[in-house]
Amino acid sequence: MSESVRQQIIISGVGGQGVLFVTRLLAEAAIDKGLRVFTSETHGMAQRGGTVLSHLKVGTFSSPLIRPSQADALLVLKAENLAQHGPFLKNGGWVVVNGTHAIKNDHKLSLKSVDADSLAQKIENPKAVNIITLGYALAQSDTIADDQISLFCCIADIKAVLNHRFGNKQELLKASLQALEAGYEASSQ
Amino acid sequence: MTERRLLLGNEAIARGLVENGCAIATSYPGTPASEILASVAAFQKENDIAMHTQWAVNEKIAFEIAYAGCQAGLRTAVSMKQVGLNVASDPLMSAAYMGVKGGFIVISADDPGPISSQTEQDSRLMALMARIPVLDPDTPLQAKEMIGMAYELSETFKSPVLLRPTTRVCHSRQDVVLDKIPQNGREVKFEKDPSRWAATPRFRFHLHNEVEEKLTAIAQYKPTQPLRINPEAAAASKAIISSGVAAAHAKEILKELGLWQKIPFYQVIQPFPLHSDFTAHWIETYDEILVIEEPMGVIEMQLADRHRVKGKMSNTVAGVGELYPEDIQQIISEFCGVESEKLEIPFVPGRRPTLCAGCPHRSSFFAIKKAAPRGIYTSDIGCYTLGLNLGVVDTVLCMGAAISQASGFYHAHKNEEKRPDIVASIGDSTFFHAGVPALIDAVVQQVKFVLVILDNRTTAMTGSQPTPASGLGACGEPLQAVDIATLVRGCGVKFCKEGNPYQVKEFIALLKDAVKYSRENGPAVVISKYPCIIDQARKGESAEYIPVEVAEDCDGCGFCIKHFECPALIYHEGEDKDEKYVSIDPLLCTGCGVCLNVCPKGSIVAKEQ
Repeated sequence: MSESVRQQIIISGVGGQGVLFVTRLLAEAAIDKGLRVFTSETHGMAQRGGTVLSHLKVGTFSSPLIRPSQADALLVLKAENLAQHGPFLKNGGWVVVNGTHAIKNDHKLSLKSVDADSLAQKIENPKAVNIITLGYALAQSDTIADDQISLFCCIADIKAVLNHRFGNKQELLKASLQALEAGYEASSQ
Repeated sequence: MTERRLLLGNEAIARGLVENGCAIATSYPGTPASEILASVAAFQKENDIAMHTQWAVNEKIAFEIAYAGCQAGLRTAVSMKQVGLNVASDPLMSAAYMGVKGGFIVISADDPGPISSQTEQDSRLMALMARIPVLDPDTPLQAKEMIGMAYELSETFKSPVLLRPTTRVCHSRQDVVLDKIPQNGREVKFEKDPSRWAATPRFRFHLHNEVEEKLTAIAQYKPTQPLRINPEAAAASKAIISSGVAAAHAKEILKELGLWQKIPFYQVIQPFPLHSDFTAHWIETYDEILVIEEPMGVIEMQLADRHRVKGKMSNTVAGVGELYPEDIQQIISEFCGVESEKLEIPFVPGRRPTLCAGCPHRSSFFAIKKAAPRGIYTSDIGCYTLGLNLGVVDTVLCMGAAISQASGFYHAHKNEEKRPDIVASIGDSTFFHAGVPALIDAVVQQVKFVLVILDNRTTAMTGSQPTPASGLGACGEPLQAVDIATLVRGCGVKFCKEGNPYQVKEFIALLKDAVKYSRENGPAVVISKYPCIIDQARKGESAEYIPVEVAEDCDGCGFCIKHFECPALIYHEGEDKDEKYVSIDPLLCTGCGVCLNVCPKGSIVAKEQ
């Protein structure tokens, strides 16, 4: 598959939620699969609670940024960002949003939501909203038959990255894997 | 086995430095350049490299330390953000004349947008003014390659070389192949040559002459000449020239628009001095030349025949703000006369940045407003610029200006009958960087103002680099710490007291004393001491958790939202008056307990355990 993979993913949230961390997990999963990867991140003042946006491009690209209407998938860690970053999605692309109520879907996107905030409270890991949403997105991706838009990686790939990153921090590893599972399983409930 | 690693642009630059034998690397942190030095230090530790890495007090000092290293024959580098180069511009201009012995790279990261800066200035223009060559990378991969290229260029022509990445290069990540790090360092030997290293104006004239001759030669130096990216493109009457990340966007777009075979595309590696053979060739060959670069038209202005050149000066390319790939797609399709769908992200206001929940700056600002309610509040560059949201930051000019502007406002008002109180706020790192000379000036001039030094024991906004008060180096090694209070007293300040902003009542009282003192006597300094909570959490330390809740009698007046603006305080805006209230977000609340002192009606209360 590696030669033909060309995927563009937007990850959106606010400073402090761990948007960069999710981006990094996905990017490292791509490297482990022998794929080229290019990301672009928000640093600096915006990380203090402001809107944070990551671009992730897997496959051969020369530019770090995704143009509007080109993203295959969108991971939104803060529901309010959907209005701002929804237009990055291409026709036929899909969105996963962390949010509680029925989310206003102005752009008529193929959208699934997970209440990652509540789940994070439930597993007593309030900082894990990012990983829970990622777990949920990986589960959604498994249900998509079209290889062009289902994520280039699966939950086992992300677990491998976590194992590698937190190999010597057992508690953090356990908590992260638990959050990933919680998000993944939330889709079947 | 070759290792392929995911590297941030700044890490790729750092990797390039250690792979090319950089022996001294210095910096002062600033977005988007901060991670360069931190990554050099990380590679140094990982590979046990004998080199000197340091955070300097400011960019000028960082520059001068690294420059002396190259005078002694070593390969060295200094990194900073573009406004940092303003601070280091004094040694830059002079070093360009004196030249180098070992290779010397000045890395100045620009921030088109601007995303995290005061200005959108173009460091390539600083290279033009200083008369040194500048290289302009398009990706982390190219940035790493350019380090070796820059050292070769620097040593061939005995000139400092500027490397100018932009935010999108610094803060993108790419899979990069790691090359070997050389084991043996160079011999260090400073050879005295006063007519160069200490040149008087008469010799400077000769040095200037030398610099201009070097530039003429550099404009013919093959390794840095523009790249013809698509030699397969047919001869045409139009061509596109680009550099930096704009070139990276353009490559992708040219392919997608089906123009790869039709329009000759050149990527400029060295925007100044532009290669003379190429400028002549372009002007002779093409009727129309589109130049895409950012933030300013530096390549464009070196192309003499204005009739053929389209770019910022012809308003073909926007002169302000970041060039997004969708903008470049639009510009290229119009220039080439091909159809393409107009792509746009409609403007939706995002969330504004705010001080973190539990940030000690928030309580300092709350106290400042209580102690001097109608004051003039000068402030400075750092997280605490966000005191704007609380109405306790009236001015932000540049590093250290909180203090000198306080002086200026005092002198402007001093003959008035009713003088406003003036309270300046400045972070610990910024105080060391450029605040100290301004404070000495204020002492000499007996300026009646209060200076609050927000001492959170780190350079927070740029990612927690140590300050001179930390007593820690770039690799975490122990160093000598400088005590802020001793330094303040050494500047001649008579009123200098320390307080804990988390103890709100006591801290307000302390500030009131300081304001009173300043009205009669001159400068009063209060050092607000509490560690950055992000830094604290990272170190696994935390203060006592004080659970708080909003009582049912909250009438939703919004005072706490407006004057305290903690992100953990959530305002619920109901239809009716009865439905308006405030609640606490348990995910964000750090339990600092400061808000217990904020509600004028006493509705924010300690939660019973």
